[in-house]
Amino acid sequence: MRFFRELGEIAILAGQTLRGLFRRPWERRIFIRQLEEIGALTLPVVALTAAFGGLVFALQTYVGFHRYVGHGSEAYGGPIISLGLTKELIPILVGVMVAGRVGSSMAAEIGTMRITEQVDALVTLGADPVRYLVVPRAAAAVLMLPCLTLFGDFIGILAGLFYNVILKGVNATVYLRNTLLYLQIWDVTSGLIKAAVFGGIIALVGCSQGLRAEGGAEGVGRATTKAVVIQSISILIANFFLSEFLPGSLGG
Amino acid sequence: MINFVGVSKSFGPKKVLAGLDLEVRTGETLAIFGQSGSGKSVLLKLLVGILPLDRGEIVVDGTEVTRLRGEERRAMSSKFGMLFQGAALFDSLSVGENIAFGLERHTDLSPEDVRQVVAESLARVGLQGIERLMPHQLSGGMKKRVGLARAIAYRPEIVLYDEPSTGIDPIRADAINGLILVLKREMGVTSVVITHDMVSAYKVADRIALLYEGRIVALGTPDEVRNSPNGIVQQFIHGRAEGPIASW
Repeated sequence: MRFFRELGEIAILAGQTLRGLFRRPWERRIFIRQLEEIGALTLPVVALTAAFGGLVFALQTYVGFHRYVGHGSEAYGGPIISLGLTKELIPILVGVMVAGRVGSSMAAEIGTMRITEQVDALVTLGADPVRYLVVPRAAAAVLMLPCLTLFGDFIGILAGLFYNVILKGVNATVYLRNTLLYLQIWDVTSGLIKAAVFGGIIALVGCSQGLRAEGGAEGVGRATTKAVVIQSISILIANFFLSEFLPGSLGG
Repeated sequence: MINFVGVSKSFGPKKVLAGLDLEVRTGETLAIFGQSGSGKSVLLKLLVGILPLDRGEIVVDGTEVTRLRGEERRAMSSKFGMLFQGAALFDSLSVGENIAFGLERHTDLSPEDVRQVVAESLARVGLQGIERLMPHQLSGGMKKRVGLARAIAYRPEIVLYDEPSTGIDPIRADAINGLILVLKREMGVTSVVITHDMVSAYKVADRIALLYEGRIVALGTPDEVRNSPNGIVQQFIHGRAEGPIASW
């Protein structure tokens, strides 16, 4: 029952955020700060996770080809690694990393504002809390997650290439030709669309948990933990449905 | 004039306000006192639209305010300035930006004029030249004064004070009381002061109301309240644990 009530509240917040997106005044300063917070400051974490995600994925693909298809077939792993990374692994890794780094701080910051009456002060000073707090964060997250994912794709594919070509001596020309031949632009695009959806989920869940925080420091802590858990689970569930229903799921 | 008519508000099973009636006259300072958790702050939050009302109505200068939405609500909020219990300064903004916040939304002043009004508002509360400081660099008393400067910067007609003397020492609390009196004299504002500090209430209020069990049970001038035969009033103003009000 509580789950459905919270889901309903997030849906209402999503509606208010969409409406607020097209109304003035636009909180440009907060939007730019969030772009920096979600984008630039998350780049190192994304680079690291994408690199090791790409490496481990390349390792298992190499082992699979080597064991089940035979020696010399490993170069065919290139498109599989790239497809898996761009469509699934990188968007999820970026989503979970941003949820942990930024989504939690959204809940903590807004939660603290709520319990110290700063959200109430916004109302008395003529600002709509949703337009002031949620809209710039949601817009920045929807915009930056695809950018981070594209960056992560590049790093991940490069890491796969490094593992196969440099560490395992796979033929670079064959590996690259196969990758470029079979990886379609839609594979990358669908991953970016997923990332944008994850961005919306992270911002809406983080802000909604913050706005509902009550009961002092303990309440803010609870809201923060809950936000990360809900964000991470929602990203995994949404990923399945997006993979299933976005065009091209069968490689078309 | 502000009229609370049959105002009721509950939080879950807990009934906080139960059909409260109260009139605040234009230009007066009304102090509302009562036990902690008796709904004093809730009353202010209902008035400015932070909390939704369960039943009743609140009329400000002929307009029922609780059902206002969007632009009408924003326009009405420019009539109110509110000093929150903990000042509620925005942590991420400097003192100057905090004070400019309401000015930028409630007025059409140019950025240069906003800067000037910010400086004037700070001077009014005795804190010149601290525009660039951040809230965490201020003491409790300074925060309250900055909160007050923010609340009055856009010249609201009604100023609401939520526990203005709580959390600061008696000398600073008295300075805040002095400011409340100065603002009334110089700006002619209508004020509602939520407090359980009777010294403050006697000093700043034209009338005092006692909120008990969700209703106003006593209302009068400071002298009338001081000499009230009502046992609840006497127990409260003398701070006695024994009496008609249960101590817990």
